[in-house]
Amino acid sequence: MVRRTRKCDAIEENRSLDAKVSSEISQQTQWMLAVRDERDRAAFAKLFDHFAPRLKGFAIRSGASNAHAEEIVQEVLLAVWHKASQFDPHRAQVSAWIYQIARNKQIDQFRKEDRPLPEVLLVEEDDTPDADQILALEQETQELHTALGKLNPEQRELIEQTYLGELSHSNIESLTGLPLGTIKSRIRLGMARLRHEMKGLR
Amino acid sequence: MSMSHIQHHIPEPLLVAYVSGNLPEPFALVVAAHISLCVECRAAMEAHQQVGGVILNEEKCVAVSAGMKAALLDLLDVPVPEEKPSRPKGPYPAPVADLFETETPDWRSLGRGVKQSILMDKGAGSVRLLSIPSGMAMPDHSHGGMEMTLVLQGSFSDVQGRFARGDVEIADSSVTHTPIADEGDTCICLAATDASLKFNALLPRLLQPLFRI
Repeated sequence: MVRRTRKCDAIEENRSLDAKVSSEISQQTQWMLAVRDERDRAAFAKLFDHFAPRLKGFAIRSGASNAHAEEIVQEVLLAVWHKASQFDPHRAQVSAWIYQIARNKQIDQFRKEDRPLPEVLLVEEDDTPDADQILALEQETQELHTALGKLNPEQRELIEQTYLGELSHSNIESLTGLPLGTIKSRIRLGMARLRHEMKGLR
Repeated sequence: MSMSHIQHHIPEPLLVAYVSGNLPEPFALVVAAHISLCVECRAAMEAHQQVGGVILNEEKCVAVSAGMKAALLDLLDVPVPEEKPSRPKGPYPAPVADLFETETPDWRSLGRGVKQSILMDKGAGSVRLLSIPSGMAMPDHSHGGMEMTLVLQGSFSDVQGRFARGDVEIADSSVTHTPIADEGDTCICLAATDASLKFNALLPRLLQPLFRI
């Protein structure tokens, strides 16, 4: 992995990385990296266009009113802008990162309680994107997407309800319908990556 | 921070409940503290966030109000108060340390060297820290319902085995278990309990192992 030492070098290297793999790394990830590293408002606007209507649908399905859902969308996307430095494309897809922010915001609003969060593992500031790792994660996400697409509609619905925040006997059982191989390989990859990052920090 | 010797993890359905925001706050705190110490459960959490992300990405779109985008873009320049950085204090991971102002918890003696510090108490659920000298039993802190206990220092043993830093023991009130602090360092535990009826009805399912590697 190439380490960068100064911001101007970083931009240079980002550009060369972009040139090399821009056709492969998803647009979402590129937009998010532009928001994180260059505070790029046009890229943020692209993220808005993609995620705002989905976040709104998501919030409404998990019980928010129309107006309330828009409040949640606004808070989530503001957090995406302000917490962008915490986004690590080696460990999370943009959609996964935004999903967690959205669940946290909705809980904070509904229950009026602070959701306890794990310690943040800080991304090393001089860490340029490792294209192979990012692509591996994107490929897995694609596999997960395909596997979820193969579920029957009832099973799919139950799994969606579970991740939307409804907990019941039947949807806990539905978890056994998750594509296990994909999730297990994701956990293994994630552990290897985390152990590697920890070694660097300690 | 010891990362590699954790033997007792968060059961998968409980982890999914945490990711999706379904765990009562006392247990969510224990999960957050455990993940702060456990690479395996952090990786599992991130895997479930990925499932959530795929579902979000495929969610049906509901159009937002016309002026929303412009209004939001304007808001980007409004400064936000800097968040106080969360940090661990001694053996206490950041989400636990955030609950007391000082460097050490506000201990109250329960007699015979056993101490407790109540971090959260909300009717159905509570979270406390317990400090137990070696050879002493952990005081009974349950109100019925489920208990989750995370070891932060030292270790204890009971019928379910030995639990050291980072290990989580989960029991419901039907399990009779008397944890005894082992020889060595004073045992410090984070103990959460919640008697919410709906949640406890689901408990047996939540504790079933599903697909951990």
